[in-house]
Amino acid sequence: MNDKAFEMIDVSRQYEHFSLQSISLHLDQGGIMGLIGPNGAGKSTLISILMGLVSADCGDVTVLGHRIPAFQVLAKSDIGYVSEDMRLYKNATLDWHMEFIRKVFPEKWDKQYADKLLTEFDLIPNQKMKGMSHGQRVKAGLLLILARHPRLLILDEPTTGLDPVARKEVNNQLMAVLADDSRSILFSSHNTRDVEQLSDHITFIDRGQIVNSDDKETFIEKWRRVRLTVDGKHNITMNTHIKEVVEIGQTLSLVIHDCNDQVLADLTDRGGHIQQVEYMSLEEIFVAEVETKRQRRTS
Amino acid sequence: MKKIFALSQKDGRPMYLQIMEQIKQLVAQGDWAQGEKVPSIRELAVATSVSVITVKRAYQELEREGVLVTQQGIGSFVANNENLNDLIIHNEIDKHLKQALSHAGNYGISVTDLKKRLQQLSEQKESDNE
Repeated sequence: MNDKAFEMIDVSRQYEHFSLQSISLHLDQGGIMGLIGPNGAGKSTLISILMGLVSADCGDVTVLGHRIPAFQVLAKSDIGYVSEDMRLYKNATLDWHMEFIRKVFPEKWDKQYADKLLTEFDLIPNQKMKGMSHGQRVKAGLLLILARHPRLLILDEPTTGLDPVARKEVNNQLMAVLADDSRSILFSSHNTRDVEQLSDHITFIDRGQIVNSDDKETFIEKWRRVRLTVDGKHNITMNTHIKEVVEIGQTLSLVIHDCNDQVLADLTDRGGHIQQVEYMSLEEIFVAEVETKRQRRTS
Repeated sequence: MKKIFALSQKDGRPMYLQIMEQIKQLVAQGDWAQGEKVPSIRELAVATSVSVITVKRAYQELEREGVLVTQQGIGSFVANNENLNDLIIHNEIDKHLKQALSHAGNYGISVTDLKKRLQQLSEQKESDNE
């Protein structure tokens, strides 16, 4: 019994102008991982390797206990993959598509669940795909995948381009999937808010490398923004904890990694009067993580 | 499960702190009675569309504070403690007071002066209310 939804060990893939470098990553069953990275960071390449659509130059890939790409057929019946360019027939209705998937996965298709999703996503079964809005198409694509209960959902930018109402509908359904603790979700996004709310684990990726991968709560606990005032002289500069110093007159704004009482006491010793210590948003943490990693690489 | 929490992404604090606060409120108000079984971590996560690990973190912290107790394999319960309400209220107040203490320290204000200040503020509030 393998209790990992997927595992990549030292996976690399070289392209002419881009390379994915020694990626090691795994997701436990029942977990939900958000993959965050700027455009061109390698999110889609990573997902394509997991799906067996692209083969890695080296490294081991296992999905739901099956080695990829050798046994991808076995894995795929249990994977649901949703991407922006879902292959839907524009002249066919949603009903037709539902019937089609039911025929492909007769044992897995859950009609009751499909009907429930139709209502919750506010979709019209006899509407043709070409008449649907972007948001309706995304929801239709998700319905077709969810209703066969895949054990691993892989979503490439599921909420990109959705209005806030549709985003909430989609996010709620993703969480509903996790009510069953044997199902797992990997989703990529550059909307850090969605990732922040839903994810247990977060993986930051930049320039083909993993910047950091950890529990969401660990990330949030590690970083702080500290605002302090100084009376003229001080010797507060960047160090292993202080990752950014912005000085505006008498006020300093710092970004601090591994913040603790000792670090704060040290700031006071060095001439600072601490005004405020606040948590950072995931977006700010992402930027800080990427910058820290880039600095480490150049120094 | 119906929605029982109002979580805000604009609230600057992490989600788990918001969850903790709202659970404590439910307990203090008696909506979640002492000794009563509370939703499982996964149930609550799904009901609030917040990740499992966030709810887990909130439950762990609440256990540490003595608000919840978890029995392995059975579930989590509101602690059976007659002084639970006091405990919650004291904890909350202490948190703010500790913060005031540390701010005072940064400004070089002594505890005696801080007490005086608090007394003054309280008198001021009373006279404002009159």
